[in-house]
Amino acid sequence: MGVLVGKDTRVVVQGITGRDGSFHAARMKEYGTQVVAGVTPGKGGQEVSGIPVYNTVKEAVERHDANTSIIFVPARFAPDAIYEAADAGIKLIVTITEGIPVLDMMKVVKYLDERGVRLIGPNCPGIITPGECKVGIMPGHIFKKGKVGVVSRSGTLTYEVVYHLGVHGFGQSTAAGIGGDPIIGTKFIDMLELFRDDPETEAVVLIGEIGGTDEEDAAEYIKNTSYPKPVVAFIAGRTAPPGKRMGHAGAIISGGKGTAEEKIKAFENAGVKVARIPQEIPLILKEVL
Amino acid sequence: MNLYEYQAKEIFKKYGIPVPEEELARNPEEAERIAQRIGKVVVKAQVLVGGRGKAGGIKLAETPEDARKKAEEILGMEIKGIPVRKVLVSEACTIKSEAYMGVVVDRKEKKPCVMVSPEGGVDIEEVARKSPEKIFKLHPDPVYGLLPHQARELCFKLYEDPKLAQEASSILLKLYKVFVETDASLAEINPLALTDKGLIALDAKIVVDDNALFRHPDIEEKREIEPGEEKEIKAKEHGLSYIKLTGNIGCVVNGAGLAMATMDMIKHFGGEPANFLDIGGSSSPEKVRAAMEILLSDENVKVVWFNIFGGITRCDDVAQGMVQALREMDVKVPVVVRLTGTNEDKGRKILEDSNLPVYPVASMEEGAKKAIELGGK
Repeated sequence: MGVLVGKDTRVVVQGITGRDGSFHAARMKEYGTQVVAGVTPGKGGQEVSGIPVYNTVKEAVERHDANTSIIFVPARFAPDAIYEAADAGIKLIVTITEGIPVLDMMKVVKYLDERGVRLIGPNCPGIITPGECKVGIMPGHIFKKGKVGVVSRSGTLTYEVVYHLGVHGFGQSTAAGIGGDPIIGTKFIDMLELFRDDPETEAVVLIGEIGGTDEEDAAEYIKNTSYPKPVVAFIAGRTAPPGKRMGHAGAIISGGKGTAEEKIKAFENAGVKVARIPQEIPLILKEVL
Repeated sequence: MNLYEYQAKEIFKKYGIPVPEEELARNPEEAERIAQRIGKVVVKAQVLVGGRGKAGGIKLAETPEDARKKAEEILGMEIKGIPVRKVLVSEACTIKSEAYMGVVVDRKEKKPCVMVSPEGGVDIEEVARKSPEKIFKLHPDPVYGLLPHQARELCFKLYEDPKLAQEASSILLKLYKVFVETDASLAEINPLALTDKGLIALDAKIVVDDNALFRHPDIEEKREIEPGEEKEIKAKEHGLSYIKLTGNIGCVVNGAGLAMATMDMIKHFGGEPANFLDIGGSSSPEKVRAAMEILLSDENVKVVWFNIFGGITRCDDVAQGMVQALREMDVKVPVVVRLTGTNEDKGRKILEDSNLPVYPVASMEEGAKKAIELGGK
């Protein structure tokens, strides 16, 4: 079970003949994901790790019934790749690509919203339902099947947290990296909603960072809806200086807004326990579960 | 990328937004010459930090000699630690009122947000906190952009005089055009002053989305490297993301979130990070070497800590880069290494076989503690 991806997920890899696309297509397939097709315009007819390559997403959908896309296309071509997936009838698009201009993303998100297409990312590690399906670039072996839903704006920090969860015997229902950009398709609140309705998820670990107000919005949502499952949060960037972009395009404290303190306070006000260091997360989970 | 006031105003001018008569000066003599042409002027420090007025970085000059004197004062000063290297010599205007106009990216709405306020000339965040009712905003459709009637709707809230409101809405439409066509994440006129010559943008701010710079080579060209920024620029050239901090523990991390968490953890256990450094997804040995060079050129750094959780990043690549860097460079500080994830066994073996004096640690917590122990406080 889990959310968004699972046994019925049929993946098309856009940008499959590129360095990252071909490498991760093979890793996903090894993990057991149904990677049914790849797309690189002009390279139709080739194969990558036994996966057939097409010129268009439409063809991949028609021939293989793909319902999910993962995008490794370079930033300047990625918006078009996302539009193409949506127009081909794909309902879940996971965009790994980093560096897409914000103004492009605002148009993309609107296009997808109007068509009922869900976007994860951009600038994200993807999403995994352990033991069933991995649509992303995360090291699959550290994830274990279990009952904790994980949602995060970061990649490697998620691995760090998942590793500690594993040490204490906590597996994951689904773990989603939602991306480090200012404009992203799926936000904390959207994932919290999905986890709420997932019978397999018993608790949620939320990994936020400085910049924007998504964490505050999530805290408000948890409070206002009397969220029925325990949530444990961690916020990266308590020591980040204001005005500097900390790697992620979205990780910047601007005009005194988006600080870790504000986010931690918002969560504590909503009754969410906040870990100070990653290895505290499983210890808090033990208390609340 | 933040543009200087004078750069932003050059763009404004191109788009037909009225700006005062002005010119950039890099020394007092230039300032004097410009003032001779313009008359009574304001000499304004060009720095990329706020609060320059309060810091004494904006001064009125009645005569050209005075302009030279004021320029001399301002050019010698530091504002929030940043030395002033250029001043804008700008026509002094008689101001009747000051308003605010801005366009920003609204992350929550996932749309642009256009804001105006009759309370100009002060920090807009301050206005938002103290009197939010004095800010008027709307979210244009990102596809169709700001429509003329939307601009009018906002500007009729700024000015009672319909002629002024029309004039303002024409400026607002141009500002929106600047926002879109420069791929800005913020474009702002503060204040928009009502003078005897009509509405004029007295100050300007544009922040360009770094991700979009590839389609704005003309803007990228405007970049002027500030003192202290050299390392950040060098890092960027190597595909690294680096920000200098004031502590003594240099950290090399893969991934932005983990890099922030690494800094936080150092501080949590009582140490001080010397930097933020994300070596990114794919880490070639060259990148690791470049990272070491940048860190070690900071003389505050007393210990280097590698905190690597391999995903796309392969631990053996990082280990190879480390060995190469340590062999070729004269590294006098201890190096703490935490390698976990993809190819960690290979990575550890490379380090062991190298016989280099590094301190391997098994976890992030242990790494932080070891780095603090070796680097002192």
